[in-house]
Amino acid sequence: MEVILFGQLTDITGSNTIVVDNIADTDSLVETINRLYPAMAGVKYLIAVNKKVVQHNTAITEAGTVALLPPFSGG
Amino acid sequence: MSNSKQLHTRYSRQIALKEFGEAGQEKLLQAKVLVVGAGGLGCAALQYLVAAGTGAIGIIDDDIVSLSNLHRQPLYGVKDIGLSKAIVAGNVLRQLNPDTQFSVYNERLTVTNALEIIGGYDIVVDGTDNFATRYMVNDACVLLGKPLVYGAVSRFEGQVAVFNQPTDTQHPPVNYRDLFPQPPAAGEVSNCSETGVLGVLPGIIGTMQAGETIKLVTGIGTPLINSLLTYNALNNQVFECQLAARSGTRSLIPQHAAAFAATDYNWLCGVTESIFEIDAEKFNALRTNGNVVIIDVREPGETPVVTEFEHTRIPLGSIEKEFVDEGHDTIILFCQSGKRSLQAAALLAGKWGVEKKVFSLAGGILQWKLEN
Repeated sequence: MEVILFGQLTDITGSNTIVVDNIADTDSLVETINRLYPAMAGVKYLIAVNKKVVQHNTAITEAGTVALLPPFSGG
Repeated sequence: MSNSKQLHTRYSRQIALKEFGEAGQEKLLQAKVLVVGAGGLGCAALQYLVAAGTGAIGIIDDDIVSLSNLHRQPLYGVKDIGLSKAIVAGNVLRQLNPDTQFSVYNERLTVTNALEIIGGYDIVVDGTDNFATRYMVNDACVLLGKPLVYGAVSRFEGQVAVFNQPTDTQHPPVNYRDLFPQPPAAGEVSNCSETGVLGVLPGIIGTMQAGETIKLVTGIGTPLINSLLTYNALNNQVFECQLAARSGTRSLIPQHAAAFAATDYNWLCGVTESIFEIDAEKFNALRTNGNVVIIDVREPGETPVVTEFEHTRIPLGSIEKEFVDEGHDTIILFCQSGKRSLQAAALLAGKWGVEKKVFSLAGGILQWKLEN
């Protein structure tokens, strides 16, 4: 499945989308991303599943959309 | 032409919208909006809020105009470099719409003045450029129950949301701490001066903030309540996602005014740089255009000798006793590396901080000479 990234997260992944496979829920997504991109472990971001920000482990389907959104400070 | 006829003519093109109409214009004319920060977001939001006929506008910013601001802050021109953003913005906007009532605060929003200032407005527009002020504005708006129209930019992307606006009993209003309960660690997220920003981007996002504010005031359309919009200027993609309140968020926000006043937002956000410090660019802007006295706080005989700009000399040890007020509204102190001048700034701010701005040249004269 495809994960959309925003802001400075793209500096870590090198791209504004990444593809990860066999992901059942947001906890395993975070685990996989941290393994692929260790620098992601140290940064803050929101996880949106199907355009809803989630706060607890949430199931993800292959057809769903997942986005990671970091805080912005500039004005 | 009578005043009411003139008003009608000025706003005729938005009154013509059936959803907006005279009723919408009347609501806008009664509205009081505070714009925190007169930078990239603030410039855009202010221009459209004032043009649309917002009744009362507050502008708060303690910063001065620098050359590197001009690409994204078009309320200001070259002649304004070194002058107060809030004051210049107020003067420009008065020309745009003399019927708007302006309150100009050439000061920093702090825990000491935030509740009183924000309390006087219906809606707050967040145009700040740092997390310490963002969290403080958010918490103040939660405490006071004021809607907050949030905007933030980074490089080519911007975020917009409306916080703290109640909808129904099932969905408690969301605030910024429901997204990010605690501020990021210092240095984790870069600001415009570190990573850059496309000049037009804060113009777009700030204009969207003005649009959301006008929608909230007039009750038209669907504002971004409990919703976060991200816009990417490079590919024109818009991503909108729904937000929800988080249990426990309220416990992170000061529970009452006294707790708010005692909160150190700089410390929470890991801000280590002093509020007194200015870089060489700001120093040059102030010394060429501001009503400024510059003081070398080094001991007599220290080198390098400074001949590039006018200044007086009072060593750190006697600065408190020997500084004489000659009516300047800004005091800038410098030394070799910026350490002693920072101490001097703290000393002088204790006595003059309410009526004057006090700054220390970061990196001292050694760093300044390298850059000039």
